Amino acid sequence: MMSAIEQPMNSSYATTRKFEKVCEILDRNGRDPAKLIPILQQVQDEYRYLPEAVLTYVATSLGVPPARVYGVATFYAHFTLKPKGKYVVRLCNGTACNVKGSMDLLEAIKKRLGLGEGQDTTNDMLFTVETVSCLGACGLAPAMVVNETVYGQMTPEKAVGVVEDILAKEASA
Amino acid sequence: MTPPVTTLEQTAAAYKQASEKAARRVVICGGTGCIANGALNVFEAFVEQVATAGLEAAVVLNEHTDHGSVLISMSGCQGFCQMGPLVTVEPDGILYTRVRPEDVAEIVEATLVRGEVVDRLLYVDPVEHTHCRGTAEIPFYQRQTRTVLAGCGVMDPEDIREYIANDGYVAARRAFTELKPETICEEITLSGIRGRGGGGFPTGRKWELTRIQPEGKKYVICNGDEGDPGAFMDRSVMEGAPHRVIEGMMIAARAIGADEGYIYVRAEYPLAVARMKKAVADAQAMGILGDDVFGTGLKLDLHVMEGAGAFVCGEETALIASIEGHRGMPSPKPPFPAQSGLWGKPTVINNVETLATIPLILNMGAAEFRRRGTEKSPGTKTFALTGHVANTGLIEVPFGTTLREIIFDIGGGITRKDGSIDPDGFKAVQIGGPSGGCLTEEHLDLPLDFDSLRGVGAMVGSGGLVAMNRNTCMVAMARFFMQFTQNESCGKCVLCREGTKQMLALLDDIVEGRADQGTLDILEKLAVAVQKGSLCGLGKTAPNPVLSTLRHFRAEYEAHVFQKRCPAGKCKALLTPEICAELCKGCGLCLRTCPVGAISGERKQPHVIDAAKCIKCGACVAACKFNAISGATS
Repeated sequence: MMSAIEQPMNSSYATTRKFEKVCEILDRNGRDPAKLIPILQQVQDEYRYLPEAVLTYVATSLGVPPARVYGVATFYAHFTLKPKGKYVVRLCNGTACNVKGSMDLLEAIKKRLGLGEGQDTTNDMLFTVETVSCLGACGLAPAMVVNETVYGQMTPEKAVGVVEDILAKEASA
Repeated sequence: MTPPVTTLEQTAAAYKQASEKAARRVVICGGTGCIANGALNVFEAFVEQVATAGLEAAVVLNEHTDHGSVLISMSGCQGFCQMGPLVTVEPDGILYTRVRPEDVAEIVEATLVRGEVVDRLLYVDPVEHTHCRGTAEIPFYQRQTRTVLAGCGVMDPEDIREYIANDGYVAARRAFTELKPETICEEITLSGIRGRGGGGFPTGRKWELTRIQPEGKKYVICNGDEGDPGAFMDRSVMEGAPHRVIEGMMIAARAIGADEGYIYVRAEYPLAVARMKKAVADAQAMGILGDDVFGTGLKLDLHVMEGAGAFVCGEETALIASIEGHRGMPSPKPPFPAQSGLWGKPTVINNVETLATIPLILNMGAAEFRRRGTEKSPGTKTFALTGHVANTGLIEVPFGTTLREIIFDIGGGITRKDGSIDPDGFKAVQIGGPSGGCLTEEHLDLPLDFDSLRGVGAMVGSGGLVAMNRNTCMVAMARFFMQFTQNESCGKCVLCREGTKQMLALLDDIVEGRADQGTLDILEKLAVAVQKGSLCGLGKTAPNPVLSTLRHFRAEYEAHVFQKRCPAGKCKALLTPEICAELCKGCGLCLRTCPVGAISGERKQPHVIDAAKCIKCGACVAACKFNAISGATS
């Protein structure tokens, strides 16, 4: 699906086909520019990121300048213009998690996955590792979330263990 | 189509009748914390084991069928997150902590069948080492006054009937059918309730300002964009008592004459989003929300909107921009949202906890509400107690409670890194997150309320309380918050955008040993400039953590700046590890760990570190099993 988006678009027929999902989402939201944020959230749920071509298409469909759509897409932390891995590991770096050593978890996981400075996603697109400001699970500090599953009271060893389990599962799949 | 006014009573009676059929009720905490600890598996294990034991069980109460003797349900956050998953058995009043699915068979056999207590799953007081049977005996709960949180953790948040059976929506119905809008505003003003989101603005005044605007389209917004790192009160209330939030919004809507509302919830809170959505749909289905609220012909529609990850959207004007589909940037006030808010219409924005308190005020009356708390800050406040305390979790206490009671009586004292209690470990508490300040030993007996905290350079904020032990570096802490606000600054005001960046760079200089007297001077000047030159609360309060740590821990800053030393031994660039000869067993672990070969020594003899070779990486400190290597220079 992602590769389909990145291909150049020739005919209008092909364009409509490629953006079928996007059209569905736009219709569901009544093509209302006020619903831009929910629209982008649903698009991102579909593609796991916001492809540039889709942003332009959304802008045209809503009758707003592409700059506004791009502005919103880059303003909010949840939107990403880069594809993310299949497993998104979010490490909470809220105050409570920070004082309980969340950065040690980050280091351990990045080391296990071989992620260098400034690199968030593994080359095989399996993992994206990022920090978030607060998950609101402070009672469980330090906390970590993999996709939708929350893991609490982590240690670097336990965190790497979670990653190992996923790697093992993926290898056997 | 519209259900008659008596529906609430009928629903309540039917629910009570059905629930009385169950001899026992097992409540499994379904807050985010306990679910992360495996509460869902515990729930399933209960359903399975109860059936295996030959007991009849019900998961959903149904008035029409005769069902089993045990009712199994989930609840919202019970607050004691660290000890989760929590399981309560009523009416026995037993609270089991850290329940694993494999423990369930024993609980069913012992408690549900034989009526006995499983001692090993009870909470053990870390100081007295006694087993506590239930919440009544646990100090964490004993010292609290749970009013807003009363239903959280007991009721099933996904069952509107249980809320109604506990006097739910009675206040909203009164507001719609008996009270005039101005009477409601008056009552709320009399109660003296102040906004729980941080600012502490009187809620009644906010409503009255919106009510007196010309009639026409008006909006009510529930601000659930709780962004303070280290705070989760609003999440817990939305997850645990979604109907109470809706009821508060209904009363607000009636008071100002709004017929539409938005509940703006942080995207990081998927469970809160799901529960609020279900609650709105259930209320609509019962005719409580919709085109004909309680048969009055008045309309009220509520929408749940998910945020997209921007701390600044907690600011009301930024939140409005976000609902309108724009970047969440604040705008100057006036005009206030009360005059021109969402789509230019008069709008009331209240925080989740404030709204959840409103039904209580209408039910108990303003005078009764004022009996708790202090003169200028009546009522109770929820706090998220986290960090280095024995009991972390969600608490509720009256305003005017002292920090000592919270940290030592409820929190159970300060802990070391390994979790053991350190009687002299207290260093500071950060209150109000990145907008607040720190409180120190001298503030332990200060009664906490909006005004007393402002007086010492801190603020209630939304209620995050992060306790820090003596091994915490306050400069690193201030830097952490500055990094947060710098990252979250929306970029509109130059002083906030550039000022926070420069302040962060100055703090980096301090923790990395490049600072001098000039750094401290510029840092202080810049802090004041950022406060003055920013439009919204984010920028205005961003320098607070720096200013308050400078005020209370100046010596710590000076140690970093002049002696290039971190007293807490946390700032890696300033570390010069030293081996304590008395503690060193000569095991050689540090010698093998050191990446630059700076450590030498004979086996079973104390080792030494060559300061000239040491790159201060801290690997030896982490490796030593005998705590013989200290990070800080003496």
